[in-house]
Amino acid sequence: MAKLEAPRKRPRLAVIKFASCDGCQLSILNLEEDLLALGEALDIAYFPEASSAMNAGPYDIALVEGSITTAEDAHRILSVRQQAKVLITIGACATAGGIQALRNWADVESFKRAVYPNPEYIQSLSTSTPISEHVRVDFELWGCPIDKGQLLRVMTDLVGGVQPRVPADSVCLECKRQGHVCVLVAKGLPCLGPVTRTGCGAICPSMGRDCYGCFGPSEGARKGPGLPPNTTSLARHFHDELQLIPVEVLRRFRGINGAVDPFRNESTVWENKG
Amino acid sequence: MAIASETCGILPSAHLQRLLDTLSAKGYRIVGPIVRDGSVVWDTVRSVSDLPIGWRDQQEPGRYRLEQTGSQEVFGVVHGAQSLKQFVFAPREPLLQIERSKDGFATRPTLPQSEKVAIIGARACDLAGLTIQDRIFLNDAYRDPYYASRREGLFVIAVNCTRALSTCFCASMETGPRAKHGFDLVLTEVDDSLLIEAGSEAGRDLLSNLCLSTGSEQLSAEAARRIEACAQSQVRRLDHSRLPQALYDAHEHPRWDELAGRCLACTNCTMVCPTCFCHTVEETPDLSHQQSTHTRLWDSCFTQEHGYIHGKNVRPTIKDRYRMWLTHKLASWIDQFGTSGCVGCGRCITWCPVGIDVTEELSALLTQDGRSSGTPQQMESS
Ligand code: SF4
Ligand code: SF4
Ligand code: SF4
Ligand code: SF4
Repeated sequence: MAKLEAPRKRPRLAVIKFASCDGCQLSILNLEEDLLALGEALDIAYFPEASSAMNAGPYDIALVEGSITTAEDAHRILSVRQQAKVLITIGACATAGGIQALRNWADVESFKRAVYPNPEYIQSLSTSTPISEHVRVDFELWGCPIDKGQLLRVMTDLVGGVQPRVPADSVCLECKRQGHVCVLVAKGLPCLGPVTRTGCGAICPSMGRDCYGCFGPSEGARKGPGLPPNTTSLARHFHDELQLIPVEVLRRFRGINGAVDPFRNESTVWENKG
Repeated sequence: MAIASETCGILPSAHLQRLLDTLSAKGYRIVGPIVRDGSVVWDTVRSVSDLPIGWRDQQEPGRYRLEQTGSQEVFGVVHGAQSLKQFVFAPREPLLQIERSKDGFATRPTLPQSEKVAIIGARACDLAGLTIQDRIFLNDAYRDPYYASRREGLFVIAVNCTRALSTCFCASMETGPRAKHGFDLVLTEVDDSLLIEAGSEAGRDLLSNLCLSTGSEQLSAEAARRIEACAQSQVRRLDHSRLPQALYDAHEHPRWDELAGRCLACTNCTMVCPTCFCHTVEETPDLSHQQSTHTRLWDSCFTQEHGYIHGKNVRPTIKDRYRMWLTHKLASWIDQFGTSGCVGCGRCITWCPVGIDVTEELSALLTQDGRSSGTPQQMESS
């Protein structure tokens, strides 16, 4: 990916939204005092969620939130790419298509008719797709929402001219470091932690809940090093030992990151099992 | 007949608070098993009522459940996922604080303050695990000061096991169920009495402060009988008689492929193993790149990055990783450290989300001809 030169002046940052709930942008605002430091290290040129000063590109770093769900957005992302030296997707929508990618398995026209009195005004694509299906993406941050610590780390690395990296370990590794009791083993909950990428700090198990995979598949999500996680074995365990019926197994994998290959493939397998 | 009072005594379970109070008076923070979220975790104990009185654990591959017995048994829960590892080899240990200076950078070690911690309820397998970790981290040439600092303040009160879990196999590893060494005090719970024995100078000192009624041979004999019965009751065993070589010979065994179909490479087995010591280091700079924290974190041979050496991953597949783990744990540890890396605690069996059982895997790997990719039947007929 393009490296930022040793900065003579502060790198210009843009935060740009596509189809999303704004939660990842809120994670930036939630940086609190670190946000002030970020504002000093970077020139926040375009961030409509935070400021009415909206300066035109080009930008050194573009943080892109949201997926592509309209023809207009499919066009707009091309110009964002042109204006950005480094393009980083933030969150499950931009990185994986998000929860709205459930439409990829459904009939969008019937949704429109069910929700809107005048569905003919709605211009929408039949799919929700991640940014990487449209333009080259330099770095992806997973999560729904992203982890603000990971975001800060990536910004810190970019400002320092370092290639950012985030770990692709399972949630279990961090869950055990923190000493939580495993909800799968001790409560029989269908936790996706073993096949989900770390980053959240094992929030759900820390609250006694099963991970639902909001950081996407652990390693080898779509390309790059590593393997697709062994969803087959975990899904079989959910069904055989934890007594989930096939549609429940399917729904575990077809969630926030359901459109990413390893999870999509697993959910498809369970479509045909009754 | 009475047994020498300075090394042995009897405390009615109902008076256990006296032991805790004596420890507190000596400045120890007391840590014991606490019921939490359907299991036990180590946490600070202020009163005996914080301990899991009347609870028992049932463990099976991939499954852990607590149940209430209604009894006054104090140490009925054998163990949770946590061994003693976290007290000495911390899951997250800040090692250095680094600051940029005019002509480079300066580093300052951030040694943890040694804290006086008395751990009550450690099992024989936990002690065996701690002994192995001591050997690794306190080895003269590579003495780890962070580990050493945490280790220094520990006072260990072990409990001899009189009930084995279905997952325990310490008897076959010769590490339990009786705690042999590595403790300051050891308790054996016999009905409503606790037989206390000292295992160190500090333990004897504490015992003399307690002014206990002297131990009786009758109670000692009953305790010994129950510990032996616990050993006899263990349903799992690990045959290490042909290790390490037999596992090296099984390097191309078809079982590894079958295993790879089940293993999630989730790291849980290595996290809960009392002897696993793999770690990574993480650099956390501030935004201005003037300061950085250098932190050591628990890592695992099951992660993708663990197998990464410059430009290449030497363990890309789950098969490679599981084979690496089991072969190291049960075989090459023997060459490396003069001991097996397994103490038979059974934690990796219970806390594996899909219930993979080391004892079962090893026996499968050793019963067939490891150099063949054929089935055992084919081998026999040829
Ligand atoms: S609770 Fe979930 S994330 Fe934590 S160890 Fe268990 S399976 Fe893994
Ligand atoms: S535990 Fe799983 S679902 Fe919960 S926040 Fe973390 S990655 Fe998301
Ligand atoms: S390998 Fe398993 S049974 Fe052996 S010491 Fe480690 S966790 Fe315990
Ligand atoms: S053996 Fe079990 S606990 Fe260990 S990595 Fe594989 S699935 Fe996880």
